[in-house]
Order: sequence, then C-alpha cells, then structure tokens
Amino acid sequence: METYVFDGSLTGLLSAVFIAYERRSDAVKVVSQDRYQPDLLGGGIKIDADSRQADRVWKGLAKRVGAAGLNTFYAAFLGEDAQGYQSLFDLSRAVFDRGGDIMEDFGNVQLLFVSQLARKVHREKHRMEAFVRFQKTADGLFTSFVAPDYNVLPLIRRHFTDRYADQRWLIYDSKRKYGLYYDGDSTAEVEIEFSGPTGKMRTSSLPENVLAEDEGLYQRLWKGYFNHTNIAARKNTKLHIRHIPKRYWRYLTEKSDLHL
Amino acid sequence: MQIEEKLNILADAAKYDVSCASSGGTRKNSGKGLGNSHQSGICHSYTEDGRCVSLLKILLTNHCIYDCAFCVSRRSNDIRRAAFKVQEVVDLTINFYRRNYIEGLFLSSGIFKNADYTMERLLQIVKKLRTEERFHGYIHLKTIPGASEQLVREAGLYADRMSINLELPTEAGLKQLAPEKSHEEVKKPLDWVNKSMIQLNEERQLMRRVPTFVPAGQSTQLVVGATAESDKDILYTADRFYRDYGLKRVYYSGYIPVSEDHRLPTIGSHPPLLRENRLYQTDWLMRFYGFEVSELLNDDHPFLDTAIDPKLSWALRHPQVFPIDVNTAEYRMILRVPGIGVGSAQKIVQARKFGKLRFDQLRKIGVALNRARHFIWCADSVLSLREPSPMEIRQRILASQAYRFSPTQLSLF
Repeated sequence: METYVFDGSLTGLLSAVFIAYERRSDAVKVVSQDRYQPDLLGGGIKIDADSRQADRVWKGLAKRVGAAGLNTFYAAFLGEDAQGYQSLFDLSRAVFDRGGDIMEDFGNVQLLFVSQLARKVHREKHRMEAFVRFQKTADGLFTSFVAPDYNVLPLIRRHFTDRYADQRWLIYDSKRKYGLYYDGDSTAEVEIEFSGPTGKMRTSSLPENVLAEDEGLYQRLWKGYFNHTNIAARKNTKLHIRHIPKRYWRYLTEKSDLHL
Repeated sequence: MQIEEKLNILADAAKYDVSCASSGGTRKNSGKGLGNSHQSGICHSYTEDGRCVSLLKILLTNHCIYDCAFCVSRRSNDIRRAAFKVQEVVDLTINFYRRNYIEGLFLSSGIFKNADYTMERLLQIVKKLRTEERFHGYIHLKTIPGASEQLVREAGLYADRMSINLELPTEAGLKQLAPEKSHEEVKKPLDWVNKSMIQLNEERQLMRRVPTFVPAGQSTQLVVGATAESDKDILYTADRFYRDYGLKRVYYSGYIPVSEDHRLPTIGSHPPLLRENRLYQTDWLMRFYGFEVSELLNDDHPFLDTAIDPKLSWALRHPQVFPIDVNTAEYRMILRVPGIGVGSAQKIVQARKFGKLRFDQLRKIGVALNRARHFIWCADSVLSLREPSPMEIRQRILASQAYRFSPTQLSLF
C-alpha cells in the first residue's frame, strides 16, 4: 500500500489519479496535506498539483461520466472529507478501468459514498441559498456572513449572481476566510481580513453604525411578519428544528436574537 | 396606522392559506433586473409550526363583504381591519427580496366594495412590480371570485401562479357555511386561465415571441374537517379538479377553529393534522406513484386509515400482488411497494443491471425495510413455509421502532 499526499486542491487530487497510472500503483491511500501524519514505516509520496495532468484526468472523466457525473464529483470534493477524497480517487480509477457505466451501480460502496456526500453538499448549498440574509450597509453593499459545513461558495456563486444582478453584494465564509463579491458587473472570490473574531461570531449581524438607515426598519418588519405568519394551534417544534437546525439560527434575522 | 402594525394584521389574516410553493417558475433575469425563479423553489425560513416560509404572504386588506363562517376575516367577525396602499406592498416585497428573506409575493385579499374593484388593485401591484421595478421573483396571485374575465386574464401575464380556493370539498358544505359562494364561481376563472395557458402553449409551437402566462400553473385549497365530508369526497373532488383544470396542486388545510359558530368545531379543538397528512400522502400517490384515486378510496373504504400510511393500507388489502421480486419486477410495480419511494425505485432499476440486489444494498439505497421487507423478494430472501397474514404484517410494522405513530405533518413542502 502506497500513500499519496496531495495539497488538498482538486488539481492535486486529480494529479494523484494521473500519477497512480504513471507509477502503475496498485492499492493507494490518498490523504490531504493538512491531515497527513507520517508514520514510522515509510513516508508518503508527495503529489505536486499539476494542472496539465489534472486537466487530462478531468477530461477523461468527463468523457466517461458526463456532465451530471462531473457535478457529483465536484460537489463531493467540496465536502472536504478524508473518506470522500479516498472514494473519489478509487471511483475515478474504477471509471477509467471499467467504464462510466459504473456511475449507475448503486451497489458499489465508493459510488454510494461519493453520491451521498455530494447530496449532503448539495443540501448545504441549497440551505445557503435559503438562509443567507443580507444586511444593507450605509454605502449600499448587501452583506452576509456565513460558516457553512462544506465549502459551498463556489456552488452558490451563479445563483446569487443571476438573482441579485442590480445590487452590490458580499457573501463571506468566516470559517474558510474568503468571500464572493459582486460589484454590479461580475462576481469574484475575495480574501478580506476582518478585525475582530468573525470566525466565532455568535450572530452574523453587523454593528448598527455601518448599516443603511432603513435596515433596522426592514429587520423589524421581517421579524414581525415571521411571528405573525405562524399558526400557534399547529405548533410543531420538532419539525421546525428539523428544517432549520439550531446551528443555522445565527444567520437568520428572524431567529438571531430570540434564543441565543 | 403604522406599516408594522398593518403588516402584522394582514400577515395574520393571510396565514390560513397553506400554499407557499415557489416552484415551477421559469423567469430568468435577463438584463440587469432584480431576481429570478428557482425551478425547485426555495424555503427561506420555517415558522414554529414547521411550515415553509417562501413568500411574503399577505392580504391587501382584511375588509370583506362576505360572511363565510370558516373565515377569520368574515364580515361579522369583530377584529382589527387594515389595508395596504399599492406602494407599500411593492416596497415590502422589493426590500424583503433584496435581503434574501423571500422568493417573492403571495398576494390575496378580502373583497371590498366589489370583486372587480379588488382585482384591479391586485393587478396594479403585480404590474408595478414587473414593469417599474423589473422584478423577476415569484408572484402567486389569488383570483378574486366574481372578477371579470378581462382582469383575470391580464393578471395572468404578470403572475407565476394563480389560485382560487374551493374552500369546502362539496357544494353542500359550501351552502351550509358560505351561502354567498359556490363551486361554479370558482370553476369559471380556473377555466379561463387554463384555456389561455393551453392556447398560448399551442401558439408557442408556431411563434417565437409569446408572452409568459402563469408559468407555474394554478392551484386550489380545500378546508378539511370543518364539515362532515369523507376522505373519499375530498379526494374525488381534488382528482376531478386535477383532471378538468390541469391544476398543479390541491392543498388540504386542516380546519383551525376561528369562530364560535355552532355549525363548526369549537375554538380550541385541535386541527386534524394527521388526517391532513394522510390526504397529502394519498395526493402524492395519485400524482407520482401511478395510483388511481378509486384504488385508494371507494365505497368500501371511504376513509383513510390514520394508523398506517395509504400505500401500506392498499398493499395489505391486496396481498395477491405481493411479494414483488425487485430484481425482475417492472418499475411501476416497484413503486407500489410500501417503503420504496420514487428515488429508491429509480436506483433499484439502475443498480440491478449490475447484479442481483440484496437486502443490505436495498437498505443503503434508502429503502425503508421495516415496511418493504414484507412485500418484496430479493437475492438473499429465504423461503418461509408459511406466509404471514396481512393482519400479522400490519401488527409487526406497527410494533417496529421505525414506524412510530406520530401526529405530525409531513415535510412535503
């Protein structure tokens, strides 16, 4: 068994698949740099992220599994899961060895793991599309802080760009320390240093002095609406929490100062 | 009156309309307008009763000339009344939308002065949102019963979905509680809109530029448990409206007592949530599982079994159909197995091409084996000498941990 250590990027993981064929490796354990712990029996093989190799592997996969298959691969990769990396690696090799049909074999453990991880990532993506709450700042920027379970910003980029085409906005992932910024024209990934502990924020609300004049009014109106659209006779807390697990409450204007 | 107070009153009055779907819209944000529609809809929040909050659901006003006994806004009810100005609704919608609180607007109204006067106001709002604010988010507009054909058709050019409520499952029930209304009055606008949709779809085959017209279709709502109709009455009515008017959805709303009226369940009595849940399950079986309504409800079985779900109930009444071999059976038969949903059925049909499926694989695929195992045959099934009777199967499933009776609603929407 050989151990490949890659840099944690998609390019790196795909390069590892390339190298496995170049070295004619048999069983391989892949592990990302940040999770790698060298053991006594021998070091891992360091994989350089090589965009030319990665590109060949990606195109090869595309030919065999199609666009839908690639979406599954990409989403599962964004799951940032150690077992997920291994399954993606093994599944990629299986696709090259045995053909793309394998993507329909739900009896296969690797495929099942990858498709279930991809589903979790998609669910988180969908949650972010739903639970992002923008606050309007005095200079007209609509701002939101999030800390999603998986690295879903690349997946929500198009949705928000299409939808909010006539307002400037920023969605910042305080866990991964980067954001998406739309300037009224196009969306870019940005890295911003915030003073203060944004990563551990208990609520995602901004200080009042930077907010637009009418922001407070609309937050109050929304909270009022949220409470009045509820039917008390149908109260069902279990269902409520299943839909919005408590870890998301801090994003939500309507929940943020209620139960913290 | 302050805007906050108005919003609270008119949200309160609108909340008994259960529809909050924002799916099926097709609007794209071409140019630099605001918003688009998400094909599958998005729930931006959930109220403490577990219902989805997708749209800003409000009445334009809760003043009403009608006196329907089941309605909180009825003329004779002593409550606070309020009315929005056109611009107030527009500002609320746009500002909530910009903050990603909502997918769009659900606008309904009590009827003040007359039907056309009310419908005209609703039309002004949606027209302003679409043309002046260049808003491409979702709009669900209630049709006001009795409004003229011209107004209804024009509204269809701006709304994504239109709906008009049947309110009670039968004409007899309506006579009893809302004598000023009738099903006939609901059928007319449903028919106008449906015909326009069909006509425009035909034109779309021939011409390139045909206006969008109610792209997410029409829906209606039935109040359950206010009157004495059977589940059969309710679902046969629903089935007829699905067929006759191409409805996208029929909503079933468990009656929540809002009146001391002696004709109705008393205030404080619990809404029939479990019954409502079973009705939705049956509705799903009709729309996605290939069941005819008469297979599930008929003169021998006019009510749904509340203790078990309607598919299981059907399966126990038809033991001759089972067991079904998941490795060879047709897709439509696999769909009929209790504990197998549409997703699992599709996966089974794909996966079995690669080899005979076993129980552990079925579990991983997502099949609820506690129910399904009594009705299927797969690679590692063992032959038993005596088949358990339907009654025994029912007892075993009810006793199993995973099938706890719980009076909650499904998370279907």
